[in-house]
Amino acid sequence: MAEFRAYAALLGGRLRSATAYRASFAVEIITNAGGTAIDVSTVFVLFTATRLLGGFTLGEALMMTGLTAAGFALADLTVGNIDQLKTYVRLGTLDAVLVRPLAVLPQLVIADLPLRKLLRSGVGLAVLIVAVASNDIVWTPARVALLVTAPLSGAVFFGSIFVLSASLAFWWVESGEVGSAFTYGGRDFTSYPISVYGGWFRAVFAYGLGFAFVSYHPALTLLGRADPLGLPAWSGYVSPLVALAAAGLAGVVWRIGVRRYRSTGS
Amino acid sequence: MDGGDARVPTISPRRPLSASAATFGALMWSGFRRYATYRQATVAGSFTNIVFGFLRCYVLLAVAAGATAGAPGGYDVRQLATFVWVGQGLLTVVGIWGYSDLADRIRTGDIASDLLRPVAPVTAYLAADLGRAGYQLMTRFVPPVVVGAIAFPLFAPARWQTVPLFAVSVLLAVIGSFGCRYLVNATAYWLGDARGPLMFWTLGSGVLAGLYFPLRLLPEWLTITIWVATPLPGLLQTPLDVLVERDGPGLQAGLVALQAVWAVIMVALAAVVQRRAERKLVVQGG
Repeated sequence: MAEFRAYAALLGGRLRSATAYRASFAVEIITNAGGTAIDVSTVFVLFTATRLLGGFTLGEALMMTGLTAAGFALADLTVGNIDQLKTYVRLGTLDAVLVRPLAVLPQLVIADLPLRKLLRSGVGLAVLIVAVASNDIVWTPARVALLVTAPLSGAVFFGSIFVLSASLAFWWVESGEVGSAFTYGGRDFTSYPISVYGGWFRAVFAYGLGFAFVSYHPALTLLGRADPLGLPAWSGYVSPLVALAAAGLAGVVWRIGVRRYRSTGS
Repeated sequence: MDGGDARVPTISPRRPLSASAATFGALMWSGFRRYATYRQATVAGSFTNIVFGFLRCYVLLAVAAGATAGAPGGYDVRQLATFVWVGQGLLTVVGIWGYSDLADRIRTGDIASDLLRPVAPVTAYLAADLGRAGYQLMTRFVPPVVVGAIAFPLFAPARWQTVPLFAVSVLLAVIGSFGCRYLVNATAYWLGDARGPLMFWTLGSGVLAGLYFPLRLLPEWLTITIWVATPLPGLLQTPLDVLVERDGPGLQAGLVALQAVWAVIMVALAAVVQRRAERKLVVQGG
C-alpha cells in the first residue's frame, strides 16, 4: 500500500510538471499524434502506386498497420521514455533512482511517463478501428478475443523491445541510436505484411526477434487468410505467448543490467 | 572591433580574403574535430541507417513489384534501391534531425559568448556545420551505400555531369538544411525554448524531404507545390533524384538551381532573423 502511494505521488508530480506549460504541452500532444498519422498515411501513399503490396490489399495491410499502431502507441506511452536510460547511465543520475526503496523499472517508467503521447494512442486505436471496419471479418468468439488481446500483446512485445534496447546502455554507454533500429525499426517492420521483406532480413526480424507475431500473424488469423509463407492458420493466437516470452527475457536482461551498472562517481 | 587588432581572426570584407577564408576554414575544422570524437556513435548510427535501409528498400521494391508499369513514381527497381540506400547515407550528412545546439545556447544564455566573438553567429555556425557534414560524409555516408550495393542491384549514373551535379546538390542540401535548422532553433530567441518548433520540424521535414517515400509518388500538382513552395525537397529528394537521373538533363540541372535558390533564401533569412534577435535579446541565466 505504501508502495502504491509512492508511485501515485510520482505520477502526480509527473502530471503537474507536464501541464505546467499548457501551450507547450498542447503543441507536443498534437505533434505526437501527427507523427503516427504520417506513418499511417505513408501506407496510403504507397498503395496509390500499387493495388497489392506483398500480395495484400490496402484493407488487409491496414489491419497489420492498425494492430502495430495501436500496440506501439500503447507501449510508447507507457515505457517509451525508457530510451532515456543511456543519458542516466552516462551522467550517473541513475543513482538517485537506485537508492529509493522502490523497484527501478517502474520508477523510471512512471517518473518519465510521456503524457504528450496520450493522443497518439488514440490515433493508433482509430487506425485499428478503420482497419476492422474496412474488412469483412467472419466474427467468432476466438477472433473477438484475438482482436482485444493482439494490440495488448503487441504493446507488451514492443514494451519488452524498448526495455531490451534501453538495457543495452548498461553494457555499451555510447550505444546511441542502435536501440531505435529495433524499436522504431520494429514498428516500421510490422506496419507492412512481412511477405514484402526478403531473405535473412525477414528471417531475423520476423522469427528470430519475433516481430511476425505482433501484427502479421494476428491479422492473417482475423482475416481468415492463409499465410503465403506457410505457417498454420492458428499462428495468430500464439502472439500473447511470444509477448510474454519477450517480457520475461526483457525482465532478466534488465536485472542483470542494473546489477552491472556502475556510477560515474561525479 | 572594426579598428581591431589584426591578429584577431575574423571574417570581414575589410580584411584580405585569405584571412577570412583561413578563419572560416579553422571553424570548419573545429566542427569536423568535434564530431570526430564520437567514434562509437558513428558505428551505432550506421547500424541503424542500415536496418532502416533494408526496411524501406524492401517495401519500395514490393511497391514496384505490384505497380502497373513496374516503375512507381517513374523509378525503376535499381533507382528505387539507390534512392533508399544513398538516402540513408545522406541522412546524417544533411543532418535533418537532432540539432538543438543553438536553441540550447539561447535557453541557457551561453549565446552571449557567441555574440562577443568577432565572427557573425550565422557564419560561424555554418562553418562548423560544414565541418560536421564533411566528417559525416567520410564516415556515415559510406556504410549504408556499401551494404546496399552488396544486398541489392544499385543504379550506376550514365551521364558525365551526374556525379559533379550530385556533389553540388549534397553541398546545397547541407547549406539549405543548416538554414532551416538555424531558423527553427532561432525561435528560441522569442519563445525561450524551441522544443515545440523542433518537434514540428522533425515531424514535417522527414516526410516532405522524401525520406519516408519518394515525393514523386504523390499526385504531380502536390509534388510540384512542395518542391517550389518549400525548401524541404532540397534536403534529400533533390540530391537523390539527381543521382538516380530521374529526369532529363535539363530538369536535373534545373532542380539543383531551384535547390540553390532555396539554400540562399534560407541562410539569408537566418541572417536577418539573427540580426532582429540581437536587437531584442535578453540574455538568460546569471
